[in-house]
Amino acid sequence: MTKPEAAPDTLVIERAIPHSPEKIWRALTQAPLIEEWLMRNDFAPVVGHRFNFRTEPMAHWNGVVDCEVLTVEPNRRLSYAWNTSGAHAEAVLKTVVTFTLVPTSGGTLLRMEQSGFRSQDVGNYRGASYGWQKFLVGLERVVERLA
Amino acid sequence: MHNAADLVFKTLADPTRRSIYERLARHGEQNVRLLTDFAGVSQPAVSKHLAALKLAGLVRDRHEGRETHYSAEPKGLAPLIDWMSHYEAFWRDRFDRLETLLNRMDQ
Repeated sequence: MTKPEAAPDTLVIERAIPHSPEKIWRALTQAPLIEEWLMRNDFAPVVGHRFNFRTEPMAHWNGVVDCEVLTVEPNRRLSYAWNTSGAHAEAVLKTVVTFTLVPTSGGTLLRMEQSGFRSQDVGNYRGASYGWQKFLVGLERVVERLA
Repeated sequence: MHNAADLVFKTLADPTRRSIYERLARHGEQNVRLLTDFAGVSQPAVSKHLAALKLAGLVRDRHEGRETHYSAEPKGLAPLIDWMSHYEAFWRDRFDRLETLLNRMDQ
């Protein structure tokens, strides 16, 4: 099986965790447990359920994440919309968070993908004959070397 | 940050300007004459594009005698990646907390 390359608008965090998928699933889907590692929430593992994460307000963000459950495949896959808003335009974010749990001999490979970071911008300013995303990814690599 | 990102995207939306910026990023410092030869448009047009790129923080200039040399500003694309790096640090920290929680939990 080939692992799909992450799109340039997607953040991927992977970690091998020495615990079973079943146990990790509980930590991902039971509201009091989620609060212990992520944020205060009213999550329920039901597709279509709308909920919030809440944390302390910051200078440019009110500390509220608007979410909707998109995928619930017990012990395997969980995804929800992760949207933020606020008085400031820079606080507006429309992303999707997906957790994937793959059992391994020593426990679980936990993968978190957060996608959609740039899709709106990229869509709005897409050049007629130019692959915006390819352009940005290529350039970011070049520019990183310059820094 | 979003406004800065908007400016960067709007500035790079013009194909000629984008190709000039890409040229500078890939090939290092150039003067206006070299860039004009490359871009295939008039020198005043190239100068206008360079002024827009500079305004967006994408290029910087260096004066040497009567000549001005332009190069890509390494931090220019930073507004586009800001949220991602913020969340990268956020999730790594939360994953640490998740592992701590899992160690405390019953099977």
